[in-house]
Amino acid sequence: MELKTLTYIVVGFTFALYIGIAIWARAGSTKEFYVAGGGINPVANGMATAADWMSAASFISMAGMIAFMGYGGSVFLMGWTGGFVILAMLLAPYLRKYGKFTVPEFIGDRFYSRAARAVAVVCLIICSVTYVIGQMKGIGVAFSRFLEVSYETGLLVGMVIVFFYAVLGGMKGITYTQIAQYCVLILAYTIPAIFISLQLTGNPFPQLGLGSTLSGTDTFLLDRLDQTVTELGFKEYTTDVRISTLNMFAYTLSLMVGTAGLPHVIIRFFTVPKVRDARSSAGWALVFIAVLYTTAPAVGAMARYNIMNTVEPEPGQYLAYEERPQWFKNWEKTGLLGYTDKNGDGLIQYSADKETNELTKVDNDILVLANPEIAKLPNWVIALVAAGGLAAALSTAAGLLLAISSAISHDLLKGMLTPEIDEKQELMASRVAMAAAIAGAGYLGFNPPGFAAGTVALAFGLAASSIFPALMMGIFSKRVNKEGAIAGMVAGIGVTLLYVFQHKGIMFIQGTEFLGSMSPNWFMGIEPNAFGCVGAIVNFVVAFAVSSVTKEVPDDVQELVENIRVPAGAGMAQDH
Amino acid sequence: MSKLTDDQAQAYWKRNLSLMVKLMVVWFIVSYGCGILLFDALNEIRLGGYKLGFWFAQQGSIYTFVALIFYYTKKMAALDREFNVEEE
Repeated sequence: MELKTLTYIVVGFTFALYIGIAIWARAGSTKEFYVAGGGINPVANGMATAADWMSAASFISMAGMIAFMGYGGSVFLMGWTGGFVILAMLLAPYLRKYGKFTVPEFIGDRFYSRAARAVAVVCLIICSVTYVIGQMKGIGVAFSRFLEVSYETGLLVGMVIVFFYAVLGGMKGITYTQIAQYCVLILAYTIPAIFISLQLTGNPFPQLGLGSTLSGTDTFLLDRLDQTVTELGFKEYTTDVRISTLNMFAYTLSLMVGTAGLPHVIIRFFTVPKVRDARSSAGWALVFIAVLYTTAPAVGAMARYNIMNTVEPEPGQYLAYEERPQWFKNWEKTGLLGYTDKNGDGLIQYSADKETNELTKVDNDILVLANPEIAKLPNWVIALVAAGGLAAALSTAAGLLLAISSAISHDLLKGMLTPEIDEKQELMASRVAMAAAIAGAGYLGFNPPGFAAGTVALAFGLAASSIFPALMMGIFSKRVNKEGAIAGMVAGIGVTLLYVFQHKGIMFIQGTEFLGSMSPNWFMGIEPNAFGCVGAIVNFVVAFAVSSVTKEVPDDVQELVENIRVPAGAGMAQDH
Repeated sequence: MSKLTDDQAQAYWKRNLSLMVKLMVVWFIVSYGCGILLFDALNEIRLGGYKLGFWFAQQGSIYTFVALIFYYTKKMAALDREFNVEEE
């Protein structure tokens, strides 16, 4: 069957599944809308969390980044998984014990302050909105590339699907669709990886294949890769460090702490029945995430090897441009793969030297998407990869939109502006907020602001420097008070924003950088992307300093802290 | 279930913290230690086709993270039982 028809069938089937779930899992109460009724099995929640967490960036871009960064790409692998250890031990169980609906609600209650809650809402909305723009773009791009419709049409279809299950079902609908989406995306990711690993090394497990010898030889895949890339003038694959050790350290730490502080991930742990479920659920989430994250380095390395092997099958013997394979032609059309015949010999010379390199463009994103074609896999695998990319983008977008809409309806409206509304009205308000959030995200997808590309650093930086320290101090310290928490959050965000904007321009607008006499990365050579952990440290220091010179935390709040530290039987009675 | 006394609550929290600190040390060693700081030294050792430092950075740290969470879950369940603070 033709690829396009197959893709329509596979993607159409998954969409029908998501809509079916939406109709079945409608939310009837605010508890169902915000936390799926609080009765989700921890393994199921782990699976939903994995889909919630793994975005278009994890699915499409990460393996490509690793392929071209080699060892340096490890910051993403460790950074985006290690945060779950922090989440499981330092945050999730206690926030689950607290048993409310949103992250700002905890911050507001623990620091007995509407201002603290409002600051948390602002942080939450900024990091979630910057994140959601990327998902919207992912949906539009996946559609335009695989289904050959325009970016705008693709985005619109994606919005309608999310609208269906997120507005009707809230967290309940999102949870069950995320479980389905995890299954789709993990099959789409692992099937091509298994085939490619088999082709290259004879081992069906990509995790083991990466450490194996190439089929029919005694040479290890990674040794061969190291040898080939160094011959072309690149740094050795397995030791290539783009940045200093300190930067690598700071970058990994910022991603870990940012991961633990992202509200759309944290609220998933409010949906399980018990405190111990919150602990184990984080473990299950990481199991499901690890399936993709331990496969990704194999996909990256093998794809890099395959591409180089295609353009230069034997040393010094280059592929003629006229004889390039079909996948090469397909991706050339998208502009993500580019060739310039600099010496006019009609051959493709790939090299680290910018002067002579003729493979002038290889976009990170094409590796995962082109992988099945490069490995000559059947069309249904390619169709599945399209559905997988869409599932990854849709599931993360829905989780983010829920975090945004519940902050608006539960924290801003019910908590501050219109506390008199009853539950039915709040449920209505949350649906309207969700619809508005989808419309807003769609608008930003249609008109991506110029700064969209730089915002991932901002999302992680903000979560790391504002929300994570506030939550941690709220649980682990009885000393940190209202004044300390607010000053800490403002200082943490402040220095992080300042550092990022100073390098990349205010709101990433070029020309507004105000480095002045300071050199780039002036603070100990740390890159703006890796700065979130420094912001977090500033937050902690300021919060403790201010708390030590201001009034003590009231007794009832100290009792609240005692209470969340123990699963049951301590302090005041808690309604679950 | 009975209510914890202040002393019991303190003891429970201390045990939790000490377990947490131990596991966070392991968390730090496998990622920041083996994957970054000791990377060059560990790369002298091979694990099949993997250099060991590279393996920790791209595979081993992730497997350890998973094991850490389940170990913590198991230990905490035992601690909850010991202090009789399990949820029904």
